[in-house]
Amino acid sequence: MRAVVTIAILVGAGLLGTGSAGAASGPPRKPLAAYGYHLYGEYCLSCHGANAAGRMNQTSTSSGSGPGREQKQQNGIGPSLQGVGALAADFYLRTGYMPLRHIGMQPRREPVFLSNHQIRALVAYIASFGGPPIPKPQPQTGDVSKGLELFTEHCAGCHQVVAQGGVVTGALPPALVNATPRQVAEAVRIGPYVMPKFSQRDLTDRQLDSIVRYVEFTKNPSRPGGWGLGYLGPVPEGLVTWFIAIPALIVLCLLLGRRLRS
Amino acid sequence: MTRRGVRWVDQRTASAPLLRKALRYLFPDHWSFLLGEVALYAFVVLVATGIYLTFFFVDSTKEVVFRGDYYPPLYGQKMSEAYASVVHLSLAVRAGLLLRQTHHWAANIFIAAIVLHLFRIFFTGAYRKPRELTYWLGVTMLTLALLEAYLGYSLVDDLMSGMGLVIGYSVGLAIPFVGQNLMNWLFDGMFPGSPKLWPRMYIAHVLIFPILIGLLLGAHLLLVAMRHHTQFRRTKAQTEHTIVGVPAFPGQAPRSLGLMVGTTGILFLLGGLVQINPIWLWGPYHTYSSTNGAQPDWYLGWLIGALRLVPGFDLTIAGYTLVPNPFWGGAAFPLVVFGFLYLWPWLERKFTGDEAFHNLLDGPRDAPARTGIGVGVVSWVVLVFFAGSSDRVFVTFGLSYTGQIWAYRILVWVLPALFGLVAWWICKELQASERVVRVRHEAEAEARLARMRRSSEPPRDPSTLES
Repeated sequence: MRAVVTIAILVGAGLLGTGSAGAASGPPRKPLAAYGYHLYGEYCLSCHGANAAGRMNQTSTSSGSGPGREQKQQNGIGPSLQGVGALAADFYLRTGYMPLRHIGMQPRREPVFLSNHQIRALVAYIASFGGPPIPKPQPQTGDVSKGLELFTEHCAGCHQVVAQGGVVTGALPPALVNATPRQVAEAVRIGPYVMPKFSQRDLTDRQLDSIVRYVEFTKNPSRPGGWGLGYLGPVPEGLVTWFIAIPALIVLCLLLGRRLRS
Repeated sequence: MTRRGVRWVDQRTASAPLLRKALRYLFPDHWSFLLGEVALYAFVVLVATGIYLTFFFVDSTKEVVFRGDYYPPLYGQKMSEAYASVVHLSLAVRAGLLLRQTHHWAANIFIAAIVLHLFRIFFTGAYRKPRELTYWLGVTMLTLALLEAYLGYSLVDDLMSGMGLVIGYSVGLAIPFVGQNLMNWLFDGMFPGSPKLWPRMYIAHVLIFPILIGLLLGAHLLLVAMRHHTQFRRTKAQTEHTIVGVPAFPGQAPRSLGLMVGTTGILFLLGGLVQINPIWLWGPYHTYSSTNGAQPDWYLGWLIGALRLVPGFDLTIAGYTLVPNPFWGGAAFPLVVFGFLYLWPWLERKFTGDEAFHNLLDGPRDAPARTGIGVGVVSWVVLVFFAGSSDRVFVTFGLSYTGQIWAYRILVWVLPALFGLVAWWICKELQASERVVRVRHEAEAEARLARMRRSSEPPRDPSTLES
C-alpha cells in the first residue's frame, strides 16, 4: 500500500521520457517556443530541470501486469519532459495540474493563472523536444453506448460509472464533470498520477471518441426519475430516507397521534 | 344503507359481537405507537407496487441485445433479460418508473420504520412478559425484510446489484465448513450461478418472503390485540390493570386511515420526485466489470462497514482455512446483533429476576441499565454503519480513508461504552430530579395543610409564629 504511494509520489507514469532526448540547450529559434523557454525558466525549471531533462536522483522501473499498465517507480523532484510532447504539456497546464503546489501531492484541478498565450508558448517549448501532438477527439462521431461499455470496462472502477469520481488506495480519481473532451483524450494517453496509460493498442482513437462521447453524456445524464442525488446511488438515497422521509413521517405521526382530549 | 348492509352480514355470520369488540378496542394515545403502523403501510405499498412490477419483470439471465431506441447509451449492448426488462419497465412502460421508484423508496422506509418501531419497543420495555412472542415475531420480520430487500436489489442485475450479489456470495462462502456447499446449492453452482438462480431469487422475492412477512405480520398484530397494547403511565387512570385509550371507532380508525393516506402520499411523492437507483445509468452487470463508490442500500450499510473494519486475517489450521475473513464482518457481526435482539428479553429477566406481567411501559429513565445497554448497542451498530461510507467521506471531505478505518477500529469499541455510560448516568440523574419534584410536591402539600390549620385557629402572639 505504501509502495503505491511512493510509486505515485511524482507525476504520472507517462511523463517519464521515452522519446529520444536530443535536446538542444539554449532557447529555441521559433519565437513562441522561445517565449515558452523563458516561462519554463520561471515556473517549471526548479522541478523539471534545465532543458526539461528532469531532476531525478534515481529511477527504477517495474513492470505491472496487463497491456499499458506498467508503472514506473520514481524518486526525485520532477521527471524529464523531453518527449512527452504537446499532448502532456497541454493537459497539465490547461487543467491547472501544473505547477504543482508541493512535490508529492496528487495533482488536482486548479484555477489556471497562465494566459492562453503563455500556455501555448510553454506547450510549444515542450513540443520542441519531440513527442505526441495534442489529440483531436471527435466525440460527435463516437457511439455513446460503446462508450458506456468501454468506460465501464476501463474507467468506472476508479472514476465511478457515471464519472462522479471515487477512491483508490493513495489517490482520489477525480470526477470528470469539468474535463473537456480534449483533456479526457489526453489523460487516457498520458495516465496522470496513478492512472494507467492507455496506448493505441489498448484503446484506438475511435474507441476513445466513444468514451469521450459518453463522458460528455455523464455531465448531464438523463434523470427521468426526478432529483438526481448526484448519480451516486445508495449513500445519498439513505440520507434522503433518514433526513427527509423519516422526519416527515415522524411529523405525520406526531400530528395524528396528538392526544385526543376527553 | 350501512345499517342494512351490516345486518345482512351479521345475519349470515353472527359476527356482530366480534365486530363490536373490535370497534371498542382501546388504542393507546401516544404518537410513538404509530411507528409500527407506518411500517405496515409501507409494506402495503410495497406489495401493491410490486404486483405491478411483476407484470414487466423477466426473471432470466439469458443474454439479449438491448434494442430500446428510447435510451441510446445502452442501445446494442449485451445484457441479461432481467436487466433489459427493468430498463424497459423504467423508461418505456407507463407509470413504470413511478411505481418502481416508489417500490424502492417504500423498501428503504419500511425498514427504517421497523427500526424506529423497534427502538420504541426496546427503550420502553414493551417486549416484557407477556409480549416476548410479539417481539420475537417483530425481530424475525426485520430479518426477513432485510433479506427480501437484498433480493429485490439483486434481481435487477445492474452493475451495482451484481457487485452486491458477489459480496453476499463471498460472505456466504466464508461460513466455516458449510459455506461452500451452501452457496453452491443456493446458486446452483459457482458464482454467478446457473440459469436456475434468477427464478429462485424471483420466487423468493415475490412469493416466499412476502407471504412469510405477511403471515408473521398477521400473527404479530393478532398477538398485540390478544394481549392488548401496552400504555404509558401518564395519568392516574393508567395502571397495570386498567386500559385507557381511544376506541378503534370512532377514535383510532380515522387516525389510522390518515396515517395510511399520509404514508402512501409521502412514498409516492418520493417515487415521483426523487430518483432512486437509476439502473439505466449503472449499466448491465458483467462479472469482469465494477464501479467505484458502489454501496449497498442503507439497511445493509452496517455490514459493509463491518467488512471494512475487520482487519485482514484468516483463521487457518495446518494450511486449511477454517474461518475466512469475510465471515467476521458479513456473518458474525449481524449474528451477534440479532442474537442480542432475540436474547434480550430473556437476558433481562435472568438478570433482574423480574417475572411479573407488565402492561405499563417504562420511560427510558425508569430502567437506566436497559437504556444504557441499548444506547451502547445502537451506537455500536451506527458507528460501524458510518464506517461503511468512509470512501464517500474521503471523496467529499478529504479525510484519509485508512486514517478513518483505523479511527473507527478504536472508536467502535470506545464510544459505545462511553455513550452507554452517559445514557445510564442521565437516566439516574433524571430519576433523582424526579425524586426532588416528588418530595417538593409532598412538602408543599404539607405546608398548605399546616397553613390552613393555623388560619382556622385564633391568632396567637406573633412572636411565636414561624415566617
